[in-house]
Amino acid sequence: MTENSEKRELISGNEAIARGAWEAGATIGVAYPGTPSTETMESFAKYPEVYAEWCPNEKVAVEVGLGASAAGRRVLSTMKHVGVNVAADPLYTAAYTGVGGGMVILAADDPGMHSSQNEQDSRFHAMASHIPMMEPADSAEALSFTRDAFELSERFDLPIMLRSTVRVSHTKCPVTLGERTEAVVVPYEKNPAKWVMMPAFAKPRRIDLDERIARVRAFVDECPYNVVERRSSEVGVICAGATYQHVREGLPEASVLKLGITWPLPVGLIRRFADSVDKLYVIEEASDYLSTQVRALGVALESAPAGLPAYGELSPSLIAQAFGGAAPEVREAPAGVPGRPPALCPGCPHRLVFRELSRMRAIVTGDIGCYTLGALPPLSAMDTCVDMGASISMAHGFELGLAEEKHRPVVAVIGDSTFAHSGITSLLNTMYNCGSGTVCILDNRTTAMTGHQGNPVNGITLQKRPSRELDLPTLVRALGVEDVRTVDPMDLAATREALTQATKSDALSVIVFVSPCVLLSKERKPAYSVKPDCRACGVCSLLGCPAIGRDPETGKASVDPSLCVGCGQCAQSCPFGCFVQEKGERHE
Amino acid sequence: MNNTKTVMLCGVGGQGALLAADILARCAMACGQDVKLSEIHGMAQRGGAVTTIIRLGDQVASMVADRGCVDCLVSFETTEALRNLPYLALGGSMFVSDESIEPLPVLAGKERMPRAPRKTLQELGAFVIPAGILAKQAGSSKAVNVVLLGALSTRLPYPEDLWRATIERRVPEKFKDINLSAFNLGRTWALEHAPKTEE
Repeated sequence: MTENSEKRELISGNEAIARGAWEAGATIGVAYPGTPSTETMESFAKYPEVYAEWCPNEKVAVEVGLGASAAGRRVLSTMKHVGVNVAADPLYTAAYTGVGGGMVILAADDPGMHSSQNEQDSRFHAMASHIPMMEPADSAEALSFTRDAFELSERFDLPIMLRSTVRVSHTKCPVTLGERTEAVVVPYEKNPAKWVMMPAFAKPRRIDLDERIARVRAFVDECPYNVVERRSSEVGVICAGATYQHVREGLPEASVLKLGITWPLPVGLIRRFADSVDKLYVIEEASDYLSTQVRALGVALESAPAGLPAYGELSPSLIAQAFGGAAPEVREAPAGVPGRPPALCPGCPHRLVFRELSRMRAIVTGDIGCYTLGALPPLSAMDTCVDMGASISMAHGFELGLAEEKHRPVVAVIGDSTFAHSGITSLLNTMYNCGSGTVCILDNRTTAMTGHQGNPVNGITLQKRPSRELDLPTLVRALGVEDVRTVDPMDLAATREALTQATKSDALSVIVFVSPCVLLSKERKPAYSVKPDCRACGVCSLLGCPAIGRDPETGKASVDPSLCVGCGQCAQSCPFGCFVQEKGERHE
Repeated sequence: MNNTKTVMLCGVGGQGALLAADILARCAMACGQDVKLSEIHGMAQRGGAVTTIIRLGDQVASMVADRGCVDCLVSFETTEALRNLPYLALGGSMFVSDESIEPLPVLAGKERMPRAPRKTLQELGAFVIPAGILAKQAGSSKAVNVVLLGALSTRLPYPEDLWRATIERRVPEKFKDINLSAFNLGRTWALEHAPKTEE
C-alpha cells in the first residue's frame, strides 16, 4: 500500500457532506431522515464536537437550524427532495433574513424514484427561494463544496443549498480527508430589521436580498466551482452533478461546462462557452431546469439528435446513444423470470392489519413508510399514498366526498414517525371539523424504512441523549378523539374486533396498533411448519409472507424455516389449524 | 478512463454484498486505482432485488452500469443472475451461487421459477458455484459473499496476497479465519473449473 493511498478514505457522498460540515467547524445538525439523505446526519452525529438531532419534520429542522445560525453557530440541515417542500416555508424567508453562522441545507434528489413518491428537482426551489445551490458530482466534491459552503453562507449572508442525487449520495469513492477548523461563533445581537420578517422589515430586506444575490451572481462567474473542460470545439455540453460523470464517459470528445453552482447561473461563463463551440447542449436528469434557464439567457441550445429521456436516470450509454452511438450488444433475460418486488418482512407487525383491511374491503388511505408495501398484492390493501400525513387528511376528504352515499369504511393508515411528522395536524383538522372515519396508527416503535431511526414516539434521540416516549393514546385523546383503542396487531382476533368496532361507529376513531418492527430484535422464535393435512385453501398465501410458499400443483402450503421468525400470524389465519410451531429452542 | 472495469453484485438483500464490494474496492485502491461503488438504499431493500455496482480503473467517471457493459456479474442467487443478464457484456464473466430464492409472486402461486436455472446459466457460460456448501465448509453459511469474491478474484488483476490482507483488515477478528478459508475455497473452485466452462 502506498503512503498516498493511506490518506484516502472510501466514503459515500453523504458521509463526505457530513465530513465537509465537520471540517468547516459546524457544531449543530438538524434533520428528518429520508432516502437518499439519511446517512448524512447519522454520519455527522458521530463526530464528538457536534450536537445533532432528528426533528419531527424538515420544517421544524430548518427552523431549529435557523435559530442556531442566528445564535452564531454553523449549522447543517439535511433532507430528501420532498422534505424541501415541507421545509419550504422557513427556507423561502431564510433567504430574506440571511444567517448568523453559516447554514447549509442538503436536498437529496431521487431521479429514477428508487425510494420516493415523485421525481422533483430541488434546483427549482433554490431559484424560487433565492438560495444559492451547489451541486457536487462525487464524494470529493461533496466534501469540499460543503466545507466551502459554510464560508460562502457567511460571506453572502444567505443559507446555501447543496443538491445531491441518489448516485452522489450513495456512491462511495476515494476522498482525501482534511482537518477540522473551529468556526468563530458570530455573536448574536438583537437586530429586528434582519430577523423580524414583518412587512415593515421584510420590504427593505427584499431589496437587500437582491443586492446580496447580485454579489453572488458576480462571484459565480469567476468562482472555482464552475469549470470548463475544453476538448472538441464541435460539441459543448453544460451539465452538473452525477450527470457530468455520465457525460464524460458517454461523450468523451465533447467540451464540457461543468456547473458546481446551479443557481444562480454563471451568465458570462455560459455565454463564453456557448460562443466557443459549434453546437451547445444541456444534459440533465429528469428535469428541464438547466435547459430552461440557459434558453432564458437567449443562448441557443441544440437537442440531442436521438433524444434523451425526460424522466428517470441517465447513463453513459443512454447519452452516447442520444448522440448516435451504437447501443451495446445485449443478451435479453430468458422469458419467465419472475418479478421480485419488495415485501413486508416475515413477522412484520403491519401484516395482519392490512390483511384485515383487505378482507373488509375498506377504502384505505395510506402514507409513507414500509407499510406502503401493504398496497402490493396479495394484501392490496391501499387506495392512496401521496405525501407525509396525507393518509389522515385524505381520509377526511373521502368521508366528505362520499357523505351523501352509502360507502365502504374509510380507514387511514399511518406510521408512528409519519404521524409525528405531519399526521398530528391532519388529525386535529378532522377532529376540529367534526369529521369521521378511522385512523390506524401503526406504531412499530421506529422509523423503519429509512433504517430504524429514533423519533418522538419512541423517544430515542439521534445521539442517544435521554428523552421520553410520546404517549400516543393520550395525545390523541387530548386532540378530542373519544374512541381510542390500543391494540396488539400480532393478535388477529383483537385486530379484527378493533377494526370492526371502530369502523361501525359514526364518530372519528383512532386505533393505535403497537408492536415493534421485527427487525429491531435479533431473537427468533421456533419456526412453524405445515401439517400434511393442509386443505390447500390458500388463505395463508393472502398474507403475503415471504416465508410461506404454495405448491403450484397441489396448492398446499409450506413454510421456509430459514425465513420464518415464528410470529404465528399464519397459525392465527389458517381456518383449519394446519400451522404448528416447532418445539423447544430455535436451531439454525 | 478506457480501462474501467465494471463489476455488478446482485442478490436479494442481506446477503453480504456490501462487504464483498468493500473488499474489492479497497483492493483496487491499494493498487492505486480509482473506484466508484454505488448501491441503492430504502424501499428496494425490503426483500426486493438489489444490485451493487463497483467500477474500477485509472480514472472512473460514471458510477452506474449500462446494459451490455458489465465485465463481471456476481450473483448470490440464480434468478437474479438471469434477470441481470442483459447487463453482462458479451465475453464478460458470470459467477453465480447455486441457490434459488422464491420471490413473493412465486410463493403466492402467481408466477413460476425459471426451469433448470443452473443449466441455463451454465449454457450462458456462467460459473455456477456451490457457494453455500463451500461457505459451510469454511465455517459459516454466511460466508457465501467471500466465497463468491474468491471466485471473482480469478478474473481481476489484484495479487492474491492483497486480497487476503484486505479481508484480514475488513472483517472482525473472530471471523477472519472463516473468511480467509471461504476466499480460498471460492478461488480454488473457480481456478479448477475454469477450463471446462471457458473453452
